[in-house]
Amino acid sequence: MSGVLLVARRELWGYLRSPVGYLLAALTLLVDGLLFVAYAVGEAGAKRYSAFVLQQFFYGLSGVTMFCCTLLAMRLIAHEEEHATLVLLKTSPLKDRQIVLGKYLSVMVAVLAITLLTLYMPALIFVRGRVSVGHIAIGYLGIALLASAVTAIGIFASSLARTQLVAVILAAVMVAAMLLLWWVARVSDPPVKDFVNGLALHHKRQFDFMDGVLRLENVAYYLSVTVFFLLAAQKTLEARRWR
Amino acid sequence: MIDVSELSKFFGERRAVGPMSLHIESGEIVGLLGLNGAGKTTTLRMLSSDLLPTSGTIRIDGVDLVEDPDRVRPKIGYLPDRPPLYDEMRVEEYLGFTARLRGMPSDGKTARRVREVMDQTAVGEVRRQFVGTLSHGYRQRLGIAQAIVHRPSLLLLDEPISGLDPVQIVEMRELIRSLHGDHTIVLSSHILPEVSETCDRILVMVAGQVRDAGWDQIRGTLALTLRGDPAVAERAAAATAGVTRVEAIGNLAAARAPHGSAQDDTGVFTLRVASDRDVREALCAALVHADVGVLELSRAERQLEDLFLSLAGLGKGAPAGVKEVAA
Repeated sequence: MSGVLLVARRELWGYLRSPVGYLLAALTLLVDGLLFVAYAVGEAGAKRYSAFVLQQFFYGLSGVTMFCCTLLAMRLIAHEEEHATLVLLKTSPLKDRQIVLGKYLSVMVAVLAITLLTLYMPALIFVRGRVSVGHIAIGYLGIALLASAVTAIGIFASSLARTQLVAVILAAVMVAAMLLLWWVARVSDPPVKDFVNGLALHHKRQFDFMDGVLRLENVAYYLSVTVFFLLAAQKTLEARRWR
Repeated sequence: MIDVSELSKFFGERRAVGPMSLHIESGEIVGLLGLNGAGKTTTLRMLSSDLLPTSGTIRIDGVDLVEDPDRVRPKIGYLPDRPPLYDEMRVEEYLGFTARLRGMPSDGKTARRVREVMDQTAVGEVRRQFVGTLSHGYRQRLGIAQAIVHRPSLLLLDEPISGLDPVQIVEMRELIRSLHGDHTIVLSSHILPEVSETCDRILVMVAGQVRDAGWDQIRGTLALTLRGDPAVAERAAAATAGVTRVEAIGNLAAARAPHGSAQDDTGVFTLRVASDRDVREALCAALVHADVGVLELSRAERQLEDLFLSLAGLGKGAPAGVKEVAA
């Protein structure tokens, strides 16, 4: 565990010491704020249910979080490869699993820290309307699980690529493909429709969280995606020792 | 210390290394000498466990590197051809991180060890600087510092003087020599003087294989270019106090004289003289006294170069006795 924390801590210091980390955080919060005002709250004087505003807020937040995770994850392994520092980790007593988990943990801590800074927006709804704390908590849980899955996909893409640019393109393509499965489901017939819909990264799974509904199957889905791609990243790192 | 047996590495259909077998004793400084693409880096990458071999075994202190890497990795320090440095970290912080990465605890002992290594590698004066702001020389030194911070028994250095200026080369050579004894060192280079000056033993790599060139017989000897009677010169040289061996240098002249010296049409010939002390002055005096003209006296570096080029297929043909070996 200490090896995982060591890798995670170094990554986090890397974010804090580079302008990229601050820029990304600022950009994320700015877009979140704009989406909240323009999309969730709507036009001045327009009347909306508080729960609806909160749902729209989480909808916007989920998109921004996916974007943020993809960008942060791209650098994790591809950046080390580009700067020839990966060899330091690979020749240390750390296991590949610890390297992958440490990097995953660093992105999750960074993304959750940025996401928590958006808490003032649901708090504003609280002031002017009526929403339950449970709804807010489940919405944020959904965002955290989505972030976890997208980060894992990003790490896998980063482990495949030699450069950060290739990593981010690869991650974006994979995330987009998993997002668009809901559209594939729309044009399919059962039972393929249900199966494909169940695999989609956002639509069916995330809407429940946005509505404040906690379903264990959705939690299990995001955790499964996370574990699958982290495992794939670990195996890719192991395979790289052969070439 | 290191036992390599039938080691091979293929990248696709292309064989990069092997089959290679070698043995390196504890405390030795061994140089892997070869042209670019000879397989030096691939060999070091396999010894460091960065790369897995296609076949063969690597045993370090009796433990198989492929079967049990967790036990072996803490014993290895590795400086790749590009030092693995995090530019956004400060020098001291970076060394602390690499020490902990290799399993050292986060306590005062590790902090002391980091300071000790900074002094040893002379990076103490830039300890508060960000790694990204360091000069090339400091980056190389820091690369070595990270490789020794956890007191590994085996130190692998890939082209440690690459890109350094002459002053830095001398400093780096002294640094590597100063590590002698605490670590078994394997370093790679394509620069002959670097390997010759620094290493106890030289292994020449050609096309992924180690070749024995009889280097040890040549190193530490003097090469003399003389004019006069070869037999008289040999007798005078052999009679000099401290001289242990006098012989012809076979690959520098077309003809080999029966008395063991190589002589050309102008009466110029060459001798190689081995000794157990510095005999240059006494040897010159003896030869001049014997009426032999001393045209040139040098350490046998040029013969090493000739031999190296011959092995690499760029010289006058491989000298007799050169063969692939288990070193």
